[in-house]
Amino acid sequence: MPYINEMRLDFTAQPQNEAFARLAVSGFLLPLDPTMEELADIKTAVSEAVTNAIVHGYGGRPGIVRLAAGYAADGTFTVEIIDRGRGIEDVQRAMQPFFTTSADDERSGMGFTVMQSFMDEVDVRSAAGRGTVVRLVKHMRARETDAVPRRA
Amino acid sequence: MLVYERKRNTLLVRLNGELDHSASMRVRAELDGLITEGGIRRLVFDLRDLRFMDSSGIGLIIGRYKMMKRRGGSVAICGSNARIDRIFDMAGVYQLVERKAEGGQRDAVHQ
Repeated sequence: MPYINEMRLDFTAQPQNEAFARLAVSGFLLPLDPTMEELADIKTAVSEAVTNAIVHGYGGRPGIVRLAAGYAADGTFTVEIIDRGRGIEDVQRAMQPFFTTSADDERSGMGFTVMQSFMDEVDVRSAAGRGTVVRLVKHMRARETDAVPRRA
Repeated sequence: MLVYERKRNTLLVRLNGELDHSASMRVRAELDGLITEGGIRRLVFDLRDLRFMDSSGIGLIIGRYKMMKRRGGSVAICGSNARIDRIFDMAGVYQLVERKAEGGQRDAVHQ
């Protein structure tokens, strides 16, 4: 189903932008009139993915994190969190609960588990040295919106 | 991000705002100084004013649990909501630290 609304946002990979990313996604979702629960689920999942991009993707090196989001008329919301950092060698292993590559940073290794638990779909594409795309999908309660369909 | 109160060797930490990776690094730095300098043996987190938490909260709590265990002390949590509990339960946090029911702040401090 095509998007009826879309957004893209690029920001530098710095921890203070984690809160900004959550706020931006919340603002984008407002026309859908999400429930508090739906909003909190999405904010939490986006926070995990953005943190991964900053901490693991770029690991303190400068870089850009991109959020690309959209929703369809049936209330399906999709957001991609994209980095061009170091990539993930073994995606399946990285998605295991408690798996973490950072020994000293108190990362719990629960980021992907949290994303999977709060979203309907979590899809990760990654190539070592090239970067990572995390795609999160949430089927939101279908509702009337004021959003105007995009022109083809 | 945090308000604290010390009673003998107990430290009550009331977290507010949004606990993400960025905030957890700041909280951790401040807290570890307070624990070490104050000779703290019991650490109680009051989470009732927390508006948001992601898995960074797990890392913060488990990290402090390990620290307090090395010092022969303990950690408790009170004022958590259902969403926070759900995230902690994913990692088995409550198998390590005590959960106090709402209004359990006084009990948690005095064990």
